[in-house]
Amino acid sequence: MTEAVQLAAGADCTINSVTANIAGLCSAKGSISIAVSYASIMPLLVLGGGALVILLASAVMPKRRYPGLWTVLTALIGAGTVIDGLVQWSDLNTFTGVPLTLGDQIIYDHFSAFFVILVGCATTIGAAISDSYLVRENLDGPEPYILMLLCSAGAVLMAEAAGLISLFLGLEILSISLYTMSAYHHRRAASGEAGLKYFILGSFSSAIFIYGAALIYGATGSTQYVEIFSFLVANTLVHAGVLLAGMGLVIVGLGFKVAAVPFHFWSPDVYQGAPTPFVGYMAAVAKAGGFAALVRVLMLALPTEAANWRPIIWVLATASVLVGSVLALVQSDLKRMLAYSSVSQAGYVLIGLQAGTTQGMTAVCFYLFTYTFMVVGTFAVVGVLQGRGEARNDLSSVRGLASRSPWLAGAMLVLLLGQAGIPLTSGFLGKWVVISAVIAKGQYALGLIGMLGAAIAAFFYLRVAFLMFIPAGARAASTLEAGAPEGEDEAEAAYGGSDFQTIAAAGLSGRDSALALRAPPAIRLRVPGATAAVLAVCVAFTIFAGVSTPVLSLAHTITLPWAP
Amino acid sequence: MVNAAYAIVAFPLLGFIINLVSGRRLAEPTAGWVGALAAAGSFVSALIVWVTMLGRPATGRVSDLTIFTWFPVAGLHVNAGILVDPLSMTMALFVTGVSTAIHLYSIGYMHRDPGFDRFFVYLNLFLFSMVVLVLADNFLFSFLGWEGVGFCSYGLVGFWFQRQTAAVAAKKAFVTNRVGDVGFLLAMFLMFAHFSSLNYSSVLGTLSHGQATGLLAGAPGAINGTTATAITLLLFLGAVGKSAQIPLYIWLPDAMEGPTPISALIHAATMVTAGVYLMARVAPLLHYAHTTSWVVACVGAGTALLAATIACGQDDIKKALAYSTVSQLGYMFLAVGAGDYVDGVFHMLTHAFFKALLFLAAGAVIHALADRQNMKEMGGLRKYLPITAATFGVGWLAISGIPPLAGFWSKDAVLSSAWQMNKILWAIGVFTAGLTAYYMSRQFALVFTGQARWNEARPAAMPNHGAGGAGGAGGAEAGEAGTGLPAPAHAQDRPRDPTWTMSVPLVVLAIAAVLGGGINFPAWHMDFLSRFLGPLFPTATAITISTGTKWALSVVTTAVALTGLALGLSVWKTAVHPRLEPSFLRRAWYFDDLVSAVVSGPLRLAAAGLAFVIDRRVVDGLVNGTARALGLSGRALRRLQNGYLRTYALGIGVGLVVLLAYLTFRVGN
Repeated sequence: MTEAVQLAAGADCTINSVTANIAGLCSAKGSISIAVSYASIMPLLVLGGGALVILLASAVMPKRRYPGLWTVLTALIGAGTVIDGLVQWSDLNTFTGVPLTLGDQIIYDHFSAFFVILVGCATTIGAAISDSYLVRENLDGPEPYILMLLCSAGAVLMAEAAGLISLFLGLEILSISLYTMSAYHHRRAASGEAGLKYFILGSFSSAIFIYGAALIYGATGSTQYVEIFSFLVANTLVHAGVLLAGMGLVIVGLGFKVAAVPFHFWSPDVYQGAPTPFVGYMAAVAKAGGFAALVRVLMLALPTEAANWRPIIWVLATASVLVGSVLALVQSDLKRMLAYSSVSQAGYVLIGLQAGTTQGMTAVCFYLFTYTFMVVGTFAVVGVLQGRGEARNDLSSVRGLASRSPWLAGAMLVLLLGQAGIPLTSGFLGKWVVISAVIAKGQYALGLIGMLGAAIAAFFYLRVAFLMFIPAGARAASTLEAGAPEGEDEAEAAYGGSDFQTIAAAGLSGRDSALALRAPPAIRLRVPGATAAVLAVCVAFTIFAGVSTPVLSLAHTITLPWAP
Repeated sequence: MVNAAYAIVAFPLLGFIINLVSGRRLAEPTAGWVGALAAAGSFVSALIVWVTMLGRPATGRVSDLTIFTWFPVAGLHVNAGILVDPLSMTMALFVTGVSTAIHLYSIGYMHRDPGFDRFFVYLNLFLFSMVVLVLADNFLFSFLGWEGVGFCSYGLVGFWFQRQTAAVAAKKAFVTNRVGDVGFLLAMFLMFAHFSSLNYSSVLGTLSHGQATGLLAGAPGAINGTTATAITLLLFLGAVGKSAQIPLYIWLPDAMEGPTPISALIHAATMVTAGVYLMARVAPLLHYAHTTSWVVACVGAGTALLAATIACGQDDIKKALAYSTVSQLGYMFLAVGAGDYVDGVFHMLTHAFFKALLFLAAGAVIHALADRQNMKEMGGLRKYLPITAATFGVGWLAISGIPPLAGFWSKDAVLSSAWQMNKILWAIGVFTAGLTAYYMSRQFALVFTGQARWNEARPAAMPNHGAGGAGGAGGAEAGEAGTGLPAPAHAQDRPRDPTWTMSVPLVVLAIAAVLGGGINFPAWHMDFLSRFLGPLFPTATAITISTGTKWALSVVTTAVALTGLALGLSVWKTAVHPRLEPSFLRRAWYFDDLVSAVVSGPLRLAAAGLAFVIDRRVVDGLVNGTARALGLSGRALRRLQNGYLRTYALGIGVGLVVLLAYLTFRVGN
């Protein structure tokens, strides 16, 4: 192994110093005692320890309700994670040691610190919006928060993993928590169905992933990124088939997690069935973890195979952007629509990854970070709108929101515009950086597809925005509402009829368009304080990161410990 | 205290912002007073800068103040900067001064208008844009002001946009101006290509410490004649649009749909002189472009004559004045073309005084007669409106060129330069002076003397601004008393002189119209303006006419003017002279009809083709077709999402197989 590293050092002087350091550490690995760098695994300790604290507390405390306690604890732990991520970040600015710690299993670099911050933020706001939902659905308890914290720990581990084994560990911790969270609404059949489907397909993809890891091990003799990389730099494989098959399988396994087409089939069903706030959290964290892992594997372990994986990512990105957008067009269910939209968003992250450059990697980080706030915020609004028992998730539930609750509608509008990539929002900047990353690599076709996809996607986001501003009283024309317009004013019928209806129902089939044109639910909208605060944060961040550059320049400073 | 120049720009901007944000809450008189105070503040600042400048030696009066860097792009570095020099300060002084008077007047004039605050928002924005135009230290920043005044003009001509005619006139003014703006823009592109800069100092040269540099010094080889001609001709196209010269003058008479203070301020005194200012500003370039000078002079003289003839056949009191403005602007261009920039500016100043006065007085008449504008329905108002009649009379004599009023001196100076350049141009100028005296006398006679005809056709009064403005906003302001009726001031039976806010500006401007000649009196070393502006125009054509010739020319001009005066007064004692108002004059030489037929017709056809064939069929077809295709493919793809796990797993499996097949293919190669 040492020999391979030395060979690598000889072959490529840019990685000379890093690999030399690593070589020294690797030689000490034979000994029993492993140096533990607590700084590097502190986020895992905070999240995992936090989960244990809640578990323990709920076990020993008297059995009664503690309104808000678990939420606050979880949010605090999430905030602690964010702070720890920031501490790590500033520590890393002056850090000159070996980036691999804990027996080479953990990478300690800006990339992982960035994802620690991201996951911490997602945990905090995810927990904050969950409370009111769980109370409303009568599901309150410590369990979902424990699962959420474990899931976050898994996501952080995926970003910090230095080898395929630790990555798999993180992947499973994340996945199993998410399966359970999806099925958490035990009185809703859809929720159980979502959990089961997610579990079966997830296990399927995990198997594929671990098989891929095995094949890579078979081809290169290691599961550690640095060793795979060194081996591939130093040696030319006579039969690359095993390695490439392993790579393909790993991409499929992780592609499933990020819901890239064609491995996305689970996501609409799961998004639709799972409890709404968890969906927002899941969309943010599972994607973050999955993409962090993809970046690590493809750019740290397999940069030498870029010529082989970039076309694959190209196809996945294109398919995700286009299929996600087109299918979102024809959804009448808000959560399903957002599921496909998140498929399409994953396509944009893949576009950034496809560049295979540092620029692309930082674009991926920025995109995921901004998307976190947009998607959690959006699902928070959906959670408020759907009413008790998730009664109404169809498109028409947003009708007239602007007059019923102007602030909620305004927040939703910003978040939708952000996801559609309208300038002055972080979504625009995100799409801008990923597309410019591939353009910089000469991938004009992919950039163009990205822009086209955004044009298609603009429609279904703006349809929701449009419906929000249609008065709840505006009636659809009689063809759909089987019946006479009941002596309504002709002028109003004309207004409420043609235009509104064509836009609201464009692309939908008959039954679905009827769903989109229904009157909104007659529930009294009450935005819980925590949700309102989260929405304010999400909207503020979406605008802040869209009109100014601190977040972008933060993302731009991310580097990988050894890079192509 | 040159730094007070910042305040010249800042005051109107501040007033604009205050009125924009809280004008509606400040409501009627306050919003107007905010606007007027902003204008007055600007005027006082301009005075301070001017006095400071006078305290300096004639060679050290140019300073360049940078407000901020507008945009630094590779190779193009543009500042938002203020150029303080005699020319810009002359402009700033008279713009802010006249503007202050008119702000004051507007408080009375716009009384009880539902859009009172909006009016002052526009007015302050206009003043801001106008001072930016004249004070900017580069062409682009000037262009910002240039477009700003154009926009405000649009907003104010269409101020009573509920009226079809006003809305159309506003559009016409804007579109016609855009034609000229194209010239301005192209000139800037050309300038940048040649000089790599848009700063006045870089393009035109500067005057620092008494030393002229660049083009200003007449440095040979700095620019060739062709480029100079191209740039100046393009700039002149812009000036023609803004200053309503042939062939783009058609918007100005229609612009009289705006409130009268607007006609006085924007469409007589200030904005329309921007073109003259621009041409005077680029005097160093004109020095290398003799063709342009000739074009400017000829267009100026031609416009002066053409507009004067049309003015003889107009019945609308404001339209007659509008054509008169076009005609007087022609004189200014004649002077600029003749290389006599100082007298161009001189005539601009005196014209600003007496034309603003005439418009304001006309406004007072219109107000007194409940928004009637047809001069044939006026008459004998001298008795009822003594102040208005007296001040209008001063304006009338001033514009007619009767000594010793302001108009005489400036017009005389312009005509002397014309004589030196070309005798035909001079003859046209003199003839136009006669026409001017004639149509102005006609106007005075019809409005203020003779029989009172305003009692007769009262109910048939033109549907006009009070009714239009209040009526259109009636829905929103239904609670307000007097909606749909003219303002109560009109409701009396007997016409009366206006309130003090309206009379004071009249009197002030009348005094200026009498004494205005004193700013550049051609004797006893009282040619202040020439000495003030002279150093800026080293390339100006020196007047070499002997004193005797000058006297003779003055006598001829005055005689012609007096003849026109006498003719007009004697003929128009009665109001009906069909033979003197042939329809080709009433219809302004059918120029509008010509434009409609030649330009608008084909344009409209082309637009209809684009809209109904290209856009609706091709573009919409493509867009809708794409949308339909996307919807269909979406619905087809949905079939895969059937809810069965086995299908989903199969999907993943198929994806995996395809991926592995591809990789196998890669290995095979």
